[in-house]
Amino acid sequence: MQWIRRFYASTIGKKVVMAVTGLLFTGFVVGHVSGNLLVYKSPQALNAYAAFLKGSAVVLWGVRLTLLASVALHAHAAYSLTLVSRRARPESYDQLDRQAGTWSARTMRWGGVLLLVFIVYHLLHFTVGSVHPSFSHTDVYTNVVTGFSVPAVAVFYIVAMLALAIHLHHGVWSLFQTLGINHPHTNRLRRVFATLLAGLVPLGFVAIVLGVVLGWVH
Amino acid sequence: MNLTLRVWRQEHAQISGAFVTYPVSDINPDMSFLEMLDVVNEGLIARQETPIAFDHDCREGICGACSLTINGIPHGPNRATTACQLHMRFFADGDTIVIEPFRAKAFPVVRDLVVDRASFDRIIAAGGYVGVSTGSAPEANALPIAKAIADRAMDAAQCIGCGACVAACPNASAMLFTGAKVMHLGLVPQGQAERSDRVLRMVDQMDAEGFGGCTNYGECHEACPKEIPLEAIARLNGDYLRAALSSREEDAA
Ligand code: HEM
Ligand code: FES
Repeated sequence: MQWIRRFYASTIGKKVVMAVTGLLFTGFVVGHVSGNLLVYKSPQALNAYAAFLKGSAVVLWGVRLTLLASVALHAHAAYSLTLVSRRARPESYDQLDRQAGTWSARTMRWGGVLLLVFIVYHLLHFTVGSVHPSFSHTDVYTNVVTGFSVPAVAVFYIVAMLALAIHLHHGVWSLFQTLGINHPHTNRLRRVFATLLAGLVPLGFVAIVLGVVLGWVH
Repeated sequence: MNLTLRVWRQEHAQISGAFVTYPVSDINPDMSFLEMLDVVNEGLIARQETPIAFDHDCREGICGACSLTINGIPHGPNRATTACQLHMRFFADGDTIVIEPFRAKAFPVVRDLVVDRASFDRIIAAGGYVGVSTGSAPEANALPIAKAIADRAMDAAQCIGCGACVAACPNASAMLFTGAKVMHLGLVPQGQAERSDRVLRMVDQMDAEGFGGCTNYGECHEACPKEIPLEAIARLNGDYLRAALSSREEDAA
């Protein structure tokens, strides 16, 4: 296992871990938003879907633990690489002009911290239920409606989804480069793919929050 | 033309530096940027002051010695142009020009605008070469290489090792430089035997020198006087991942 230690000790190894866990999160959020949009179908549809997800304790906890471990790895690699970068330029420029680099690329670190705060809050809100005003373990639909009826909570979710959009805009494009995929045939495609995901996934989540706020979902 | 220069002056790495302002006059717009600095230095010497130290050698854009950050851009505002090939006609009369060294922990200041880039030499020494048998040169046509591959290898081989990529990178990462060499040697048949070891050793050395990690901003490519493509970094990542998973050289570290 010497090779794993050497791999994760390197700047490239850590970045590859971020790309693989990031890809996992991306797959997760796509599935998560698709399932959650059942809120627009009917209370029964959403609750049945939620019950289905909890059908097998092994699968449920397998997925949960994989995702939690991935968050820990992604955040640790991000933190560690940020320190390496800080140390790599002890004396800063009087002036360093940006010639390239998207705005999303520049906000990955602070945006990531916001996402981490959001993930913790979100789990306490809808999974554990400890910060939810009237949590039920079976009636997910009502949890959503009462949860987003608190204005501050709705605003926080929308801000977090904005952060997700920005994170995915750079992240999904960047992960291909990190995994060694950069070819003129597909470079345009991966920019389009990342932008589409960054737009659609958070939009879907925000639609649920706004649905409750505007009274479409009640 | 008349200009105001704000130049970083620093006696050596152990003491801190500061900007000093120099008004300069009667600059010929056809001078190169380094010739302009020569004129400034002649004035300083005539006044018994210490001239501004800056690196240069070929002055024709091929050696990679010149290393000035001009108005916040390594090698200045002209695309695909080294500082030595930048001409004063690209500035306007009355401009203030800020001149700083390339800044990175792995590029310690020697004096003023001169930085020590031996860290790059050590990355190359770690694996940026191919082992060849000595003796008479092999028959040139014995080793076919597709034109498209040779072209891309040559694109990567254009790197002059100036360090502008590191200087421009918000992370002070050396991945475009290291990637250029890994791409160049990884594309041609001569480089295959050491391909896996090369990337592992060069990346270990790159990290040990204290360069930052890449976050795919793309600033390096914009600053590069030889326009090394970002594909070089993707190939570095891909080769590193493949080598880490497949290498049998446990003792290579
Ligand atoms: C736990 C909180 C998180 C933190 C602290 C965080 C932080 C970061 C940072 C600093 C980067 C590197 C950016 C760069 O190199 O330019 C990154 C990359 C990435 N993140 Fe996150 N992030 C978090 C959560 C997420 C989530 C929830 C997702 C997806 C839904 C995600 C997807 C990605 C992707 C796809 C990448 C690209 C990896 C690459 O460039 O190869 N991250 N993250
Ligand atoms: S002095 Fe040789 S490249 Fe500028």
